[in-house]
Amino acid sequence: MQLDLIESFRNPEHIKALAKLIKKECKTKINVMEICGGHTHTIMKFGLPQILPDLIEFIHGPGCPVCIMPKERIDHATALASQKDVILATLGDMIRVPGSKTSLQKLRAEGKDIRSLYSPLDVIKIAQENPNKKVIFFAIGFETTTPMTAAIIEQAIKLDLKNLYFHINHVSVPEPIDAIMSSGDSRINAFLGPSHVSVITGYGIFEPIAKRYQTPIVVAGFEPVDVMEAILMLVRQFNEKRCIAENQYTRAVSQKGNTKAQNLINKYMEKRSHFRWRGIGDIPSSALKLKDEYAKFDAEIVFDDILPKEPIDDHKLCICGDILKGNAKPFDCKVFGKACKPSSPMGSCMVSSEGACAAYYKYGKFSGRGLK
Amino acid sequence: MIEKRITLSQGGGGEETNSLIKKLFFKYFDNEVLLKMEDAAVLSMGDGKIAFTTDSFTVSPIFFNGGNIGKLAIAGTVNDISMMGAKPLYLTCSFMIEEGFLYDELETIVKSMGEELKVSGALIVAGDTKVVPKGSVDGLFINTSGIGKITKDGISAHNLKSGDSIIISNEVGNHGACILAKREDIELDMELKTDCTTLWPMIEALIKNGVKIKSLRDATRGGLSAVLNEWAETSDICIEVDEDKIPVADEVKGVCEMLGFEPYEFANEGTMAICVEAGEEEKTLKILRQFEKTKKASFIGKVSDKYKQKVILNTPWGSARYLEPPKGELLPRIC
Repeated sequence: MQLDLIESFRNPEHIKALAKLIKKECKTKINVMEICGGHTHTIMKFGLPQILPDLIEFIHGPGCPVCIMPKERIDHATALASQKDVILATLGDMIRVPGSKTSLQKLRAEGKDIRSLYSPLDVIKIAQENPNKKVIFFAIGFETTTPMTAAIIEQAIKLDLKNLYFHINHVSVPEPIDAIMSSGDSRINAFLGPSHVSVITGYGIFEPIAKRYQTPIVVAGFEPVDVMEAILMLVRQFNEKRCIAENQYTRAVSQKGNTKAQNLINKYMEKRSHFRWRGIGDIPSSALKLKDEYAKFDAEIVFDDILPKEPIDDHKLCICGDILKGNAKPFDCKVFGKACKPSSPMGSCMVSSEGACAAYYKYGKFSGRGLK
Repeated sequence: MIEKRITLSQGGGGEETNSLIKKLFFKYFDNEVLLKMEDAAVLSMGDGKIAFTTDSFTVSPIFFNGGNIGKLAIAGTVNDISMMGAKPLYLTCSFMIEEGFLYDELETIVKSMGEELKVSGALIVAGDTKVVPKGSVDGLFINTSGIGKITKDGISAHNLKSGDSIIISNEVGNHGACILAKREDIELDMELKTDCTTLWPMIEALIKNGVKIKSLRDATRGGLSAVLNEWAETSDICIEVDEDKIPVADEVKGVCEMLGFEPYEFANEGTMAICVEAGEEEKTLKILRQFEKTKKASFIGKVSDKYKQKVILNTPWGSARYLEPPKGELLPRIC
């Protein structure tokens, strides 16, 4: 296994040198939104705000696929899993997320067959080994995981699997960014672009956003050296009065991205008219669904009669919407760390380890700027 | 009416497990010895003190790189006894076997138990065998209980004081990463092996050489993070450790990166955290490094008064964060 890719991007000397340069060059207040939850995690885990000047403020974006899932869609998962002779498969943290009545974790304890996968392709094997069961893949994620779901659909068609269904919750990055920036009350003046999403889409998708809102964007890798270098690139854009989409994560991201993966997605999926984001609300064209010709695989169509339709809002004390727009920090929330914890989340940002509140809870319970 | 049911997270060895133990088991089994929450109970009997403990083993897969459920069942209980400064003497052993289990596999497991017992010299002096219909257990579960004679009095998780030093006996996370990689079929081109081992010989050497040990803790489920947090809580102190001094194998780092885990939360089965008085670090390390299984021992940090009941992880670039106690569904059936 090659670990240079981790170790050299966590090199303390490089991190310290970058911190020094940023401190020297940074002259303006930069409110940078890290779009992706993976970056939130990196920033908090490695304590980066503590070594950055106060002029740099992180605003935690909506890039955690579990966190942005509205309760009614989590209720879809629990309704699907509660049926007889059904196996529901999904990824990671989805198991823990509470819907309006129950969670997949609780249903599993009650004896429902719910599988948490590390490799989504395992769902093919599950379907083959259980021909008498209906296997439903509850697909979540941004552009990063969408090609994988498309690849599973392609496999399912090739193998002529009749017992595999897909509940598609794939969402995309640019639309919620548009929604946040055009809402009028946003303080964001720079972006840290997502790493793995950009591997698929290319950093080109952020060029229109940089131009439209005159906001510098730097696509960055997930390691601390990556984030620090990207911050320096943002500082330099401010100093040189440039507003463009730049790429720090050159070892993985190109301008056009992975066109093969993009074609695979476009073969099986198309834009939904709108998707309700937890904490933000309805955003047009911000998510995907299966194309009509694949309706027989579509769990939302096949199991339509058991799926709840009414939108369900978060608890009124929850301020996830404000946190996601950058107008509040997790610590500003009255229930943070008290009624709302990772073991019993009330709002979306506490749900997954990539959520802003969960990251604050785990790594910087009292302050991102240092231990107080 | 929502029925409460037990979830996997309540058996993960993290925050939820602690909460179940405190809310339910302590409610009905309330007594002074149990409430100390040590790795083994310390009991006064006759003219000496003994350490007494029990552990059940449900690991899946039953065979893994560097060990199997049997080796684990011996090392686990023997280590829990050793953590109280006690020489492991007598063990009991119960097998719960699923109908249809292969005889040869059972023999391999029992044989490795016999071999592991030789390391500490402990004996299995009573046992029980149950075979249950297919599906009632998954293959094989083993319970072992054991007693040992305390040779150094006063080792306890309640003993830590500001200024004490914290040492870890080996790399952390090997067992957890090894089981996870095997279970998820992660192919690595480097070898990932459990750290499963009997720790009594190392502890005996520390005691014989007069090392001023304050506390010992087997970093099993919940890993280093759970152990340090338990110490911070029971002794009402702060522990500050340096991230770059905690040894982690490259393979373990790799698995953690891929799957989003922290090596500090991964289970170990032959790695202990040792708290010694200030000034005892070099002596402790010198003794530990004479043993193959603890030659990577490292002095990782100090006890302080900074933030009581908290563990602070200092990064090599000058930032710090709390090392929170692990929670959630860590990894079911890791041991």
